[in-house]
Amino acid sequence: MPGTDALSRLQNTGQYALELEAVSRHFGALVALADVNMSVKAGERRAVLGSNGAGKTTLFNAITGDFPTTTGRVRLFGEDVTDLPTQERIRRGLRRTYQISLLFNGLSVLDNTFLACRGVTRGRFSLRRPKRDDSSMELAQSLLEAVHLDDVKDKLVSELSYGQQRQLEIALALSGAPRLILFDEPAAGLSPTERTLLVNILQSLPTHIGFIIIEHDMDVALRVSDRVTMMHNGRIFKEGTPEEIENDDEVQELYLGHGGGHD
Amino acid sequence: MNSSRLFSGSFSLRELHPATIVTVVFLIAYPSFASNFFILQIGAYSLILGTIALSLMMLAGYGGMVSLAQLTVAGLAAYLMAILGDNSMGVMGLGWPWWLTVIVSVLGAALFSTFIGAVSVRTEGIYTIMITLAVAVAFFYFVRQNYVLFNGFTGFAGVEPPTLFGVYWRDPVPFYYLTLTVAAGFFFAVYYCARSTFGLGLQAIRDNPRRMRALGFNITLHRIVAYFFAGVIAGFAGVLLVWFNGRVSPGTIGVDVAIDILVIAVVGGMRHPIGPFIGAIAFVLLENFAIDLIDRERFNMVIGTAFLLVVLFSPDGLLGLWNRFRDRFRFRGNALLGAERVNKDDPASTGSLEKS
Repeated sequence: MPGTDALSRLQNTGQYALELEAVSRHFGALVALADVNMSVKAGERRAVLGSNGAGKTTLFNAITGDFPTTTGRVRLFGEDVTDLPTQERIRRGLRRTYQISLLFNGLSVLDNTFLACRGVTRGRFSLRRPKRDDSSMELAQSLLEAVHLDDVKDKLVSELSYGQQRQLEIALALSGAPRLILFDEPAAGLSPTERTLLVNILQSLPTHIGFIIIEHDMDVALRVSDRVTMMHNGRIFKEGTPEEIENDDEVQELYLGHGGGHD
Repeated sequence: MNSSRLFSGSFSLRELHPATIVTVVFLIAYPSFASNFFILQIGAYSLILGTIALSLMMLAGYGGMVSLAQLTVAGLAAYLMAILGDNSMGVMGLGWPWWLTVIVSVLGAALFSTFIGAVSVRTEGIYTIMITLAVAVAFFYFVRQNYVLFNGFTGFAGVEPPTLFGVYWRDPVPFYYLTLTVAAGFFFAVYYCARSTFGLGLQAIRDNPRRMRALGFNITLHRIVAYFFAGVIAGFAGVLLVWFNGRVSPGTIGVDVAIDILVIAVVGGMRHPIGPFIGAIAFVLLENFAIDLIDRERFNMVIGTAFLLVVLFSPDGLLGLWNRFRDRFRFRGNALLGAERVNKDDPASTGSLEKS
């Protein structure tokens, strides 16, 4: 349930964090995204739902530039970024996590987080070792505390448990000064306890940080989002508040099991 | 705690491993008990080959980019020394002062390496090897057929280091210390920079290029810059190589020798900058003494067999063999732990070379 805090957040911000204009992505003959129009306000929390193959992850890849779009324009924070490479979009305040953890297995947890913080600042080519009081290093330390990984910070990523790797994914996405974060199924494979932890982390994000979350767990998705977008076969099928989506007959029919509630 | 030393970049004498001290003392005292043959043909030559292999180790071990053109880069520096400086062939030999010749040769090699990087970094794995091999072969045939600049098949002879401070630097002892200084300098540079932002970034790109892009890094530029630094290292090694041999010809940079460099780096181990030097010593010793055991023509068979054995029994080279031996000794009976362990006492030790 979005509280009054969330509502005021929506009303106060006129600027759009993300605008997609007729975005399509084809893989050969396969149309993964067809003519998608979507606007996400600054600070808004949006859930993207849909069955497997609905085009949710492709949507993320189009926003970050991991895959270029076939047609259409992508605007971030009012600026057209369609022709910009991924790293330039990231430096403008976009972040993302991946469905399958994409981490640096040969490096320590702290180094992973440090690189994430350094990626959006100056000194990416520095040949000096970072000092303990380096601003990126200090930020990395505090991020690891925020996601409860500070006691394993010197371990190699390959030594972490699955749940810890998911937490690290989130820490990397929170690095720097994010304005819009794309979470790709952050709760997948987590235990119920870890899910609660995740929801707490998401809900306690500062209000100026908006996010888009792909999540199959309705409980997580509807609890953390202000608005919900339903996708089907690469198209946007429905958009509304969590209540509207939950009570929509067509949605019930398609995704929530015929006539049954979620869960 | 380990990490304080890791990130401060400072260390005290007390934290040095005894083996490190023994190695340093041995390397410095080496000329006092070794014969001229051992000082030059074994000592200095190993250090030069090790430095070239170090430039490959840096690209392949930290960056995941296996380049077969590092010898070519060193070879260009060697040729530039002969072309811009003095040689005895009556071709080119512009007679520039030695310091200017060295600077321009190394920079030329580094730019060549940067160019090789620029054309190859968008590829992965086998394709990087193919492109860099193509560059190496093309450059080999080019210098063999070009007589105006590179004096073709004959190449150049009579390339000598300067006499400075009253010392003739081609004499065994001074030349040994010269190569030791250069090799040790680059060894520590690579060792230190592996933990710098640039070095960590390079290793992270090796582990996961796509994620690095999603963290705001320009991975193409990062890799090309790595090629530039590798070019500086290989360039200096090329200068030493031409001073060591006194000559440079297409044979110096042939594909067979380029593969030797790869063998040295792999046999030594690519997880730590000391690996290439261990590999180079093993290679040079085999090259010189295998003929005592076997026909000269059969030398490559010995090298090939040694290479096979090392790769079969220790994918991370002699270095990995040593680490495993030590770990097994430490955690007796815990072979599983020993086999896959990265040496965590050592900040420059990197993780897996395998691509995820």
